[in-house]
Amino acid sequence: MNEANQKLSADDIEALLPWYAAGTLDARQAGQVEAALADDVELARRLDLAREEMTETILLNESLGVPSPRVMENLFKAIDRERKATRAPAPGGGLGGWLMGLFTPRGFAFAAGAAAVVVMLQAGVIAKLWLEDRVGAPPFVPTSVPPATTRGIEIGSFLLVRFAPQANIADITRFLDARDAVIVDGPRPGGSGGLYRVRVARGYVSKEELERLVREFQSASNLISMAVPSE
Amino acid sequence: MSANLSASDEVLIGRIARGDRLAMQVLFARHQLRVHRFVYRLVGNQAVAEDLISEVFLDVWRQADRFEGRSAVSTWLLAIARFKALSFMRRKPDEELDEETAGAIEDKSDDPEVLVQKKDKSTALRKCLQVLSPEHREVIDLVYYHEKSVQEVAEIVGVPEATVKTRMFYARKRLSELLKTAGIDRGWP
Repeated sequence: MNEANQKLSADDIEALLPWYAAGTLDARQAGQVEAALADDVELARRLDLAREEMTETILLNESLGVPSPRVMENLFKAIDRERKATRAPAPGGGLGGWLMGLFTPRGFAFAAGAAAVVVMLQAGVIAKLWLEDRVGAPPFVPTSVPPATTRGIEIGSFLLVRFAPQANIADITRFLDARDAVIVDGPRPGGSGGLYRVRVARGYVSKEELERLVREFQSASNLISMAVPSE
Repeated sequence: MSANLSASDEVLIGRIARGDRLAMQVLFARHQLRVHRFVYRLVGNQAVAEDLISEVFLDVWRQADRFEGRSAVSTWLLAIARFKALSFMRRKPDEELDEETAGAIEDKSDDPEVLVQKKDKSTALRKCLQVLSPEHREVIDLVYYHEKSVQEVAEIVGVPEATVKTRMFYARKRLSELLKTAGIDRGWP
């Protein structure tokens, strides 16, 4: 008899009650637990105990509050430091010599040409990445499951934003960073590319201020095709 | 639904591996709360938990290209978080416990009396959940709050699946004992 057809013992079934309560058993095991529950009142009572434990565990965890914004700040500062470090040229005579070689008329001409090619390639790569996100396999599979953050209390002011198809990631990141704004959720279903929820202020702002922010976002029409206030 | 969410997380990890900061923001926003709560329940200190989750996500940034997709991203995150939390707890000798942690421990000694006074099963159960050992707290949280299967808990904790079931049984048994001390007999085990 293979594992898939194996019948679970009474002890096994009782041990699986917490996972049955949480809905994380596979169909075969869940079916066997259900069959056992139908014939056993005491087992059903013990399932109720597991459900009580689950309810209180969820309430306890949900009461723990939310991490402060400094976590995200520290994280992205560290990430930016690492990005800068990996972009910085490594010290060493070989590279130094190569760089010095560029300070000649012929070297300058070569460097300028090479830089133009690099810029064009980079633009192409960024555009391709963005188009892949839009046209090819979507970067985020739209889902009806709310993000974990929505289970706690979210403090801040938010906009629902759709980015323009021609916008590139670097420009969007620069635009958001300049306003201390961050994407906190998305994409949500809502047309090509989906809608993103963006935190635009760490606290609650007035209706007027939120409307001003909406106008500011909408004025960047090369990057943003739609922006509306969000809960 | 969870399959969709997992697929989405995997795509994000792929983009993070290519240095996509925006994808990192989305992944962080999606998972930071649960990772934070998991770590906080282990270390019992808000400031420490916050430092540790920064470290967890920085590791994700650095190691995204090594993610093989054999488990859900959320399982991978919790495994990293657990490693960070346990490393911290090993580094920190008992005598260095700060006020907040010490407060939580003092709270434990008051529990039976407090529980008897309250005679509220729900509150008592929650209080007992807080005073379980870290090992028992961890398995209870992973199963009931983080909705992890037997196999996923085994991956996160690094023990066989049979051990996960046994540990869960003893955690629940301990919970019943604590409740009994508080005057609430659940009639099990």
